[in-house]
Amino acid sequence: MISLNINQKNYDVDVNPDMPLLWVLRDVIGLVGTKYGCGVAQCGACVVHLNGEAVRSCVTKVKRAEGQKVVTIEGLAENSDHPLQKAWLEVDVPQCGYCQCGQLMSAAVLLRENPNPTDQDIDDAMAGNLCRCGTYLRIKKAIHLAADMQRKG
Amino acid sequence: MKRQSVNYKLHAWRLKTMIILVIVCAAIGIISSSFENKNKVGSIESDAAKDSVASVKAFMQVYKVLMSPRCMNCHPSGDVPLQGDDSHIHTMLPKRGKDGKGIYAMKCNNCHQPENLPGLHKPPGNPNWHLPPSDMKMVFQGRTPRQLAKQIMDPKQNGNKSKQKLLEHAHDALVLAGWNMGEGRSLPPMSHEEFVKVWTTWIEKGAYAPPR
Repeated sequence: MISLNINQKNYDVDVNPDMPLLWVLRDVIGLVGTKYGCGVAQCGACVVHLNGEAVRSCVTKVKRAEGQKVVTIEGLAENSDHPLQKAWLEVDVPQCGYCQCGQLMSAAVLLRENPNPTDQDIDDAMAGNLCRCGTYLRIKKAIHLAADMQRKG
Repeated sequence: MKRQSVNYKLHAWRLKTMIILVIVCAAIGIISSSFENKNKVGSIESDAAKDSVASVKAFMQVYKVLMSPRCMNCHPSGDVPLQGDDSHIHTMLPKRGKDGKGIYAMKCNNCHQPENLPGLHKPPGNPNWHLPPSDMKMVFQGRTPRQLAKQIMDPKQNGNKSKQKLLEHAHDALVLAGWNMGEGRSLPPMSHEEFVKVWTTWIEKGAYAPPR
């Protein structure tokens, strides 16, 4: 049995400790906002926060998360009103949407560590999140907007 | 009187010869010592252990390991690590960051787990995965044997490591990880045991730098 804290709720799951965290989130707990993309940490669709860091849950074994704090897209903000989520709606960022939860989770770490990012900072932080629809320019615009919203409170 | 004058001249000539000989010997000593110091890049306690030929020969073996992808990939000349057996720029362009552990959502441990994962093309793992920090980059890529030997023995460029610390560094967990990089990746050109042997020989024989 492995004890997890996900989005501030405790779960005890009876799984193989080597199972990827992504599988536990989606198939055992039922939090399906986090997506499976490449399975080898190359695309960023599966990014969740582990103690605040943007880990790739497809290659993170669930045992690494035991007793740690995990946040998924469902727990990024209580009412889905994180400045990034509001900015994403405002700019209408997604096309197909498959990669967007991972994009948001990575962007959230950027804004926490750098409330006023430049275009270069955004490129550096988001270079590991792929979008086959090519929404990169809208993502950049939305991150700037979210940073602005965050600064203005 | 004449005999006294001859004796005096002979004595003066002997004295001059001796002084010249002393000066010549001293000059030869200084020149040879400076030539030796130019190639010796580390201090050693015992002169008896010095052997520039054996030391340089050992370093050339060390160099082959340090320039192999398993070592050089995390000692790049830029701020992005290298990747793969062909040492291409790491996909996703993760940046070094101040502490060498990446930046923002692109920190090394976000993908590199504490251990290797089964399967090809999975990120290799280590609990302490990182590049050298930005204020001590310890670049291997592009260095000649001479440049690298001098750099490694320079405390200002090696993380302030003493000779003893350098000897111990061969057993560092992240150095050892070079011989355990997960499926599908080539190994350094000799075993870790052989590497420790040539590394130790290089340093203990005087840590001489190759001529080029």
